[in-house]
Amino acid sequence: MSAPTDRVRPRGGRKPAVPPPAPERPIRPRATQARSIKVDVLARVEGEGALSVKVSRGVVTEAALRIYEPPRFFEAFLRGRRFTEAPDITARICGICPVAYQMSAVQAMEAALRTRVDGPLRDLRRLLYCGEWIESHVLHIYLLHAPDFLGYESGIHMARDHAEAVNRGLQLKKVGNDLVTLLGGREIHPINVRVGGFYRVPERSELAAITERLKWALDAAVATVRWVSGFAFPDFERPYDFVALRHPSEYAVLSGTIVSSRGLDIPVADYEQHFTEEHVAHSNALHSSLAGHGAYFVGPLARFNLNFDRLSELARDVALDSGLGRTCHNPFKSIIVRAVETVQAIDDALRILASYEPPAEPAVPMTIGSGVGHAATEAPRGILYHRYRLGGDGVIADAKIVPPTSQNQRAIEDDLRHFVEQHLELDDAALTWQCEQAVRNYDPCISCATHFLKLSVTRT
Amino acid sequence: MTDCTRVIGVGNVNRGDDAAGLLVARALAGRVPPSVEIRECSGDMSSLLEAWRGASVAVVVDAMASGLPAGTVHVLAPDAEVLHAAGAHWSNHGFGLAEAIELGRALHVLPRRLVVLGIEGEDFETGAPVSTTVVHAVERAADLILDTL
Repeated sequence: MSAPTDRVRPRGGRKPAVPPPAPERPIRPRATQARSIKVDVLARVEGEGALSVKVSRGVVTEAALRIYEPPRFFEAFLRGRRFTEAPDITARICGICPVAYQMSAVQAMEAALRTRVDGPLRDLRRLLYCGEWIESHVLHIYLLHAPDFLGYESGIHMARDHAEAVNRGLQLKKVGNDLVTLLGGREIHPINVRVGGFYRVPERSELAAITERLKWALDAAVATVRWVSGFAFPDFERPYDFVALRHPSEYAVLSGTIVSSRGLDIPVADYEQHFTEEHVAHSNALHSSLAGHGAYFVGPLARFNLNFDRLSELARDVALDSGLGRTCHNPFKSIIVRAVETVQAIDDALRILASYEPPAEPAVPMTIGSGVGHAATEAPRGILYHRYRLGGDGVIADAKIVPPTSQNQRAIEDDLRHFVEQHLELDDAALTWQCEQAVRNYDPCISCATHFLKLSVTRT
Repeated sequence: MTDCTRVIGVGNVNRGDDAAGLLVARALAGRVPPSVEIRECSGDMSSLLEAWRGASVAVVVDAMASGLPAGTVHVLAPDAEVLHAAGAHWSNHGFGLAEAIELGRALHVLPRRLVVLGIEGEDFETGAPVSTTVVHAVERAADLILDTL
């Protein structure tokens, strides 16, 4: 639908006075002056929220991600619904990462019902997830994040000068969309996923066309890594506590233990013993903390740092060629890591397609009964945790869902606090531009918790 | 680019009058010359770009909420102000028709002629039926397209 709005979007191409790289910007030494910076809208994030940063005498006294969208109550909606409904209900939480919600939901239900899904059905799930990673990562790289580095207001403005790159991004994203459509029945909110497997599985012959397109996509993804690794990156690193799934043999997506850079290594079922959620006054999305440590970081950078040795040979080589090294603590370089993970997803997809044999049945049978099930999968933005308690009739008695953006909120706020303190010499426009960019480093899906983001920096 | 003409119905059948564009596409099925293709589209930016890729003429039909009486059929050029005010989305969850037109123009993949047919709706609630006034407007829009082709 096309609907009128009273929002006013600045028109034109490049944002003024904020071309990268940072050292070229006009510098005003104002660390101790009273300053007030306000940006009404932070574009190129998924969802809506607000952000305020207050600076007093050169010290950041507040950096708050204000999420004011009313709670969406999905966990409450799930109570009283049958276990079979969870994948389709939770998919509606997000239009960008519905597969992630479906995969965490079905695996948690299968854990509750003591059912195991492996072999070609598990491969198909990973293949579907590869499609979502491709479309989500490519969208963020080309249309949401690259404009920050090249100095454009939007991907559309950037396209006028970088048509070849944007066309490559659109074609690459379409391969991801088409893979999701092929396996999921449609590109947004797929309808072919069920607890136990799928409603229908493809024949080998149905996968031939997408295989050829994925071969092209692999080259395009490698070209993407080369493209983004040539950008200029702010010099910014912090000692993050990265958290991701780790699998004995795979670059973990569907399953694994939860590990951290401080040595945590726990089964997914123990998640709530180590990670807590709390309500803070300025946000309608719960803030997650790692017990004893506070803020932690989930998503591509965490996966890369904790699972470099699980990347495919090609993805590893491409990462090393890009200059990333085996670890990366600069969140601005997450755009390179997303590109490397796109290579990984396509490589994985081609490997699965090469050996795929249709399973005898599209889903495994299961016995309905009471139980508690936990699952975590790696959504494009990081760990997505689901826990369900079922009654003996298979009806959901209780549900808990922790999306990645909730888990990253504290890390985002900490990044802003440190980034602003380290760059108070920048003028207001440049500082605001890079604060927005710092938020976009996380590709926050605020819609999973809220919508709309405004940035306000007040200096006194 | 071929000489193909494409009619692209945009919308969501689960959101009341937002189904209008899709209903027009379905109303035209089997009634257009062989050179005219009918497509349906969710309205996502990249899907729209793909839907009109390669066509020389495209008619995009979508529901609107501009404040005019329900059932009004708008015929709009791609640079019509109302489209771009409507498209001022900040979230990529909201990239839609206006962004697709802008990006298509930047990438030089807009059809030689692009016309947007907007059908004013009044009820976009989840699960709502299509309102009677919009059902009649769908018929008028389909007839208008048939007369123009």
